[in-house]
Amino acid sequence: MVDVQEKLKAIGPYREEPDDDMLICRCEEVTKGEIRQAVHAGMFTMEEIRRYLRTGMGLCQGQTCGKLVKGIVARELKVSPLDIEPATSRVPMRPTEMKILARDGGACDE
Amino acid sequence: MSKMTADVIIIGGGVNGCAAAYYLAKKGVCDVIVLEADKSIGHGGSSRNGGGVRQSGRDMRELPYAMYAVNNMWPTLSEELGVDVEYYQRGNLRLGKTEKHLKKLEGLASGSRALGLDMKVVDAQTVKEICPYLSDEVIGASWCPTDGHANPMLTTLAYYKRATELGVRFITDAKVEKLEKQRGRLRRVIMKNGEIFEAETVIVAAGYESRYLSRTVGVDIPLYTYFEEALVTEMQPHMFDIMLGTADGDFYGHQSRHGSFVFGSDSGLEGDIDMPLDELKTSSLTASAGCRAIIGYIPLLADAKVVRTWGGWIDMCHDGVPVISKVEEVPGMILACGFTGHGFGTAPAVGLMLAQMALEEETSVDISALRYDRFKPVR
Repeated sequence: MVDVQEKLKAIGPYREEPDDDMLICRCEEVTKGEIRQAVHAGMFTMEEIRRYLRTGMGLCQGQTCGKLVKGIVARELKVSPLDIEPATSRVPMRPTEMKILARDGGACDE
Repeated sequence: MSKMTADVIIIGGGVNGCAAAYYLAKKGVCDVIVLEADKSIGHGGSSRNGGGVRQSGRDMRELPYAMYAVNNMWPTLSEELGVDVEYYQRGNLRLGKTEKHLKKLEGLASGSRALGLDMKVVDAQTVKEICPYLSDEVIGASWCPTDGHANPMLTTLAYYKRATELGVRFITDAKVEKLEKQRGRLRRVIMKNGEIFEAETVIVAAGYESRYLSRTVGVDIPLYTYFEEALVTEMQPHMFDIMLGTADGDFYGHQSRHGSFVFGSDSGLEGDIDMPLDELKTSSLTASAGCRAIIGYIPLLADAKVVRTWGGWIDMCHDGVPVISKVEEVPGMILACGFTGHGFGTAPAVGLMLAQMALEEETSVDISALRYDRFKPVR
């Protein structure tokens, strides 16, 4: 069980850092500072972070920034990146046009 | 764990649970614990739905509070919570391609009109004026100009964030085993790891699992499950801000603030899914069926790339509307479950009313038709 209030207290308040405006997720233009602030607002899991900030939800689907985001979240939470569960991978494995997906032999497929 | 007691315990960190926690705190009751079974807040249907904020086509038992949320809560929610929840109130078109479709839409529209909602059936030309990107096969649609959509993930997390700021204690990865009465009143929430939380009032807003929990104190609610899937495309040029659905019910969705299109759909085979509740795997069939339906109504999207698909369990109620109710046999328990796939748009009103019920106040809207004991034998 994770008590959010206790964990927020344990990690201390958000403090600005000189490189907070560095872009981490380039597709969705999310900065390091935004990720750090999200953790201090209670977004502790990769699932919450990506829903809150859209990190890893753009063109590359997190292939570029996934590890970086994880590292930043882990540092704020004062744990090892190995302790942070990755967000769920989603089908399709690469972006696929609707007209291709639609051609699967289903009822209205012509 | 520091303190195991609270004035109110809420089981379920979904949008309804988070909203109830926020409205309790706003009323000054900050001694609230929210128990979420998963590691992430909003892990269930709250983050997996299509984001519709819809009044049209609602049952007369829930339309009043759906309208209450649209009239009094959604327009100012982003400002109130300090997070932009991407609410758009630009209307909902439900599209028809056949005379049979139009007949169904006319029925829906006249039903909603009778209940005081501005909804009508419009012809093909008017549909084109509202949304020029639709197929020429569309011969008409129902139109509700006050419907809209919002971002369900942000809405859920915004309630969570604001409630946390106000002092509510959220506990994640907190799996409840059972509820227990003491001296005739619900008092204890017993966790799977044996720990025990106690409160005067317990709100159960745990989706389908609410059924298991309420059964541990002798109350059974006729719920069943349904697995629904959704997909999202890459960012597209801005096309429209309305919410779309079809008379056929083969898909629904909208273009998000981000530019991507979010659509929910099904394959027709969902009734036979036998996955365990903790599995959330998408089928290899549904996205394809959805794409066919979508292209059939919005041909321009044929070249749009799908980047993700996902699915979620819906807590279906036997008669299609939720149970939002105190329980006479179990004083101290408040149930909020069975939202049947359309609980997101009403969540602000439901959260507020759950807070009111917990504080023994009169609810903003009469919801006595949603009582837990309304189910009677039909033979």
